[in-house]
Formats: sequence, structure tokens, C-alpha cells
Amino acid sequence: MSAEYAGQSLAPERRAIGAFGDRIFHGVTAVSALIVLALIMGIAVSLVIGAWPALSKFGWHFVVSSEWNPVTDDYGALVAIFGTLVSSALAMLIAVPVSFGIALFITELAPLWMRRPISTAIELLAAIPSIIYGMWGLFVFAPFLSDYVQPWLNDAFGDVPIVGYLFSGPPIGIGVFTAGLVLAVMVIPFITAVMRDTFEVVPSVLKESSYALGATTWEVARSVILPYTKTGVIGGIMLGLGRALGETMAVTFVIGNSHSIPNGLFYPGNSISATLANEFTEATGELYTSALIALGLVLFVITLIVLVLARLLLLRLSAQEGR
Amino acid sequence: MTLYQKRKAINHFNMAMCVLTTIFGLFWLVWLLWTLVSHGIGYIDWQVFTEPTPAPGNDGGLSNAIVGSVIVTAVGTLIGAPIGIFAGTYLAEYGRGSRIAAVVRFFNDVLLSAPSIIIGLFVYEIVVVTMGHFSALAGGIALSLIMIPLNVRITENMMRLVSDQMREAAAALGIPRWKVITRIIYRAALSGIITGVILGIARIAGETAPLLFTALNNNFFSTNLLAPIANLPIMIFQFALSPYEDWHHLAWVGAFLITFAILALNVVVRFVLRPSK
Repeated sequence: MSAEYAGQSLAPERRAIGAFGDRIFHGVTAVSALIVLALIMGIAVSLVIGAWPALSKFGWHFVVSSEWNPVTDDYGALVAIFGTLVSSALAMLIAVPVSFGIALFITELAPLWMRRPISTAIELLAAIPSIIYGMWGLFVFAPFLSDYVQPWLNDAFGDVPIVGYLFSGPPIGIGVFTAGLVLAVMVIPFITAVMRDTFEVVPSVLKESSYALGATTWEVARSVILPYTKTGVIGGIMLGLGRALGETMAVTFVIGNSHSIPNGLFYPGNSISATLANEFTEATGELYTSALIALGLVLFVITLIVLVLARLLLLRLSAQEGR
Repeated sequence: MTLYQKRKAINHFNMAMCVLTTIFGLFWLVWLLWTLVSHGIGYIDWQVFTEPTPAPGNDGGLSNAIVGSVIVTAVGTLIGAPIGIFAGTYLAEYGRGSRIAAVVRFFNDVLLSAPSIIIGLFVYEIVVVTMGHFSALAGGIALSLIMIPLNVRITENMMRLVSDQMREAAAALGIPRWKVITRIIYRAALSGIITGVILGIARIAGETAPLLFTALNNNFFSTNLLAPIANLPIMIFQFALSPYEDWHHLAWVGAFLITFAILALNVVVRFVLRPSK
């Protein structure tokens, strides 16, 4: 201590050391932050470069053709894009209402002591690795569907126009339908988490005043909570959609990996991520590899659009919150 | 039915649906965990931990895959966690309120949900093609890219929870900023930052897609960072899709081990390191 007091003339020197340390630490953290930016740009650039041979050869044909033939070196992404979009759409159809119900239950209905355990349990669904969903889907869920659910759905709805498409095909358990269901379970925790967080920021004054006017819990949810949290809810849904679109391992196990447009959702299909997982390491020839990277680029662009929209909506919500 | 009764009925119906959807959500968790326990637990013995993966029909275990998974996850954490924590520090301290920080934060959130298979493709093109072969290092780098956005997010949030009075009090004593951050803010936010790292480890330990094109797999015991390495997720993928019954059993054992390790990390973080709000 005494040395510090005695060394008052050292003060400028120490300040210089402090400023030097500051410059270094500032630099290190800033560079780390820039790495994040560099990453997302690097991903985009490397995908475009890798995909270029295929894209320049096929052009628009790549996106609209359903041909995928490594033997004749003719590639089109339509089947994979179709499978990705349809399985994700089916997943959202199930996951959105379910997540809404769970979030409402956690924030409005459940007794206080129950809220944390239930939130945690739902969050754990997101912690389970996707490969586990895939294995479970293939060995447990798919046989269950093919034995008990699909034959019944086939009989009940198979002949109805339009809706029938959802429920037609061989009841083998493997296919776009199963992929959609497994995806639904996987994205429920993500959508629920966002919805729960946004529902929690609704000022209790608003809720209490409508309760005081005699509104039921459902009416409060529909006319107070939902309008107030609209942007957040949509943002959460988009976030879940982004997850579903890019999900790989679970889909690879159950979608069936068939390179033709399915005639019904029970038919096997393919998705972008599943095609990549199955074929990339075995791809021989520059064009084949490049076509697969082009598939990755398509997936990247689709998810980027969805995720950017989701984040913009959520940003708008937090801007509201700050006011 | 009067209007009042109708409203009440609608309310009861919808609230019942909320309860049902919650049960529906929890039902999958129970089913998944039960599947893992019932399929996996019966085949766990010492061999699993002491012997490497077998040829079909032979006896063997998962030692190479377990060690490989630990190595790849460790490499991912060692690369990813520091970058993530420093970037989060920048967003919470030096870059606070600046335009560049807002841009980084935004794209970090996008990266957080980006498909992991795309990250695998990226690392394949950057690292694997450059090195000329698959390697544990490439796998670790791929995993670190998944770790980074997670740590950026959590570190920033946790450092922001530290009150500005503390920063101002330290600054008033004439302490340089980097010392304020490393000695005071980090200390106050420590449990939160560690939570982020552990959650990151839990997340990357089970990732399969980014390893497919980077670490590949190896049926033999290897700790070489520059060679392909065995790891649990890819082993599960290959063994589960194989036609051999005994490989299926090992895949279930691997699935059981990895899932319960990850769930344990998650539960520990939630109950031991619960950040004070």
C-alpha cells in the first residue's frame, strides 16, 4: 500500500498501462464481435462459390426440375424443396396451436408452483438431440403410426378431395407425414418459449381491467393478450418455422429419401437437409457436390428470410416494451 | 343457452384444450425418455466403456466414440466459448448502443437458429477442403460455430443484468475499463456466463449434422486431432441405420448415454446455477 502512496509520480505511467490494457481488451472483444459478422457472410459467400458450377449450368432449371440423377448428372431441387416446405408446414399446423395452448396454460392457468417445472419440462424437449428424435421416430413412432394411426386416417379421410392428400399413401410409417409430426414435436418448445415470454410482458393492469369487466380467461387471452403480443407471437412462429426448415437428422431418419414428388403425405419424400446428410459424403464428381451445395444454398436463403423476418418482428416487440 | 352460458362454455372448452395441449407436450417427453430407458439401459455394461466399436456380430463397446465425442466437444468449447464470451462482452460494454453492435446482435440471433447442416457445409468448404481430409479439428470448429452465437447471447444478457451503478462506482475510483469488466462485471455475471457455456456444451454434444462432413467417423480408437474421429452422434446415425441387430443395441446405448448426459447438464444448470433475476 505504502508503495502506491509513495509512487504518486507513477500515476501517469499507470494510467498509460491502463489505457494500453483497455485498447487491447477493446480490440479483442471487438474482433470477436466482428467474427460473428464474418461468419454469416463467410457462410453465404462459401455456399455461393461452392454452388456456382451447378447454378451456372442449370440456372432456373435447378429450382423447378424434379429430376435428381447422379448418373446422368442432371439435378433439380424441386423434390427436396417440396419435402422441406410441406413437412415444415405440417409441423407448424400442429405445433402452433399446441404451443399457444401450453404458453397460455403456463402463464394464465397453472398454479404458481406448477409453472416452473412445466416450463422446464417443455424446454427439455428442445435439449434432446435431434438424432434421438430420428431414432425414436424410425424405431418407435413410425411403426406405431403405421399400425394404428395411418390405416385409420386412410380409411376415414383418404377419399376426401384436397384433405385426402394429407392422409393418402401406403401406411408404412415412413414418409413426409411422419417427418412433419416429428418436426412438430421438435419445434413446440421453441415456439412455446417465445410465446410464454411475450405473454409474460402483458401488463397485468390490462388483464385485470378486462377481468373486472367480467371477461372470461379465454376472452382475455383472445382480446387482450393476443392483440398485445401479436408481433411476438408471429416472431416466435417464424422462429419455429426456421428451426423446422433446417432440421436435419430427425427428418433424415423418417422421411424415406425418395427422389420423387410424393402423391400423398404418407408417401416417402425427401428434404433438402436429408438429401445433404445422405449424399454429401458419398458424392463423387464436381457437379454432384456442387449441386448438393446449391441445395444447401437454397435452404440457407429460405431460412435466412424466415429468420430475419422473425427477428425483425421480435425486435419491434422489444422496442414496444421499452416505451 | 343464454349468452352468459355460451361464453362460459367456450371458456371451459378452450381452457380444457390448454390443459390438454400441455399434457400433449409433456407426453412426448415421457415417451422419448421411456423409449431410451427401455431400449438402452439393458445393454449397458463395462464393455461399453472399455472397448471400441465392433464389427457386426462381434463384441464391443463405445469407448472410441465416447472419447471422440468428448474431444470434439472440448475443441468446440475451447474455440467457441472465448470468442462467444468476448463478443458478448463487446455487445454489453464497449459496443453498447452503437450501430455495429446492433448489427452484430441481429445476425448473431439469426446464426443462433441457422440450420446446423449449413454450418457443416461451410466448415467442409473452409477447413476440410483446405486440409484435404476430414478431421476431429474440423468437427470441433463446426461445433464451435454453434457454440459462439449461444454464448454471445447469454453473456450479453447476463452482463447487462449487472447494474450500471457498479460500473460507475468502479470508474469513479479510476479503475481502467478493462479491469472494471474483467475484475468486477465478469465476477458479478459469472454464474450466468458459466450457465451459457454449460448450455452450449449440452447443445453441441448431441449435434450430428455439423459433424457429418467434418469429423466423419472412425471405427478405431483415435485421439488424433488431425484425423477423422469416432463420435457418439455419427456412430448412432450409422449403427441405427445398419441392418445389424447388435449395432442397433449399441446405438440405443449411445443414445441413452448422450441424452441423459445432456439432460443432466441442463437440469444442473437450471437448479444449481440458477441466475438471480
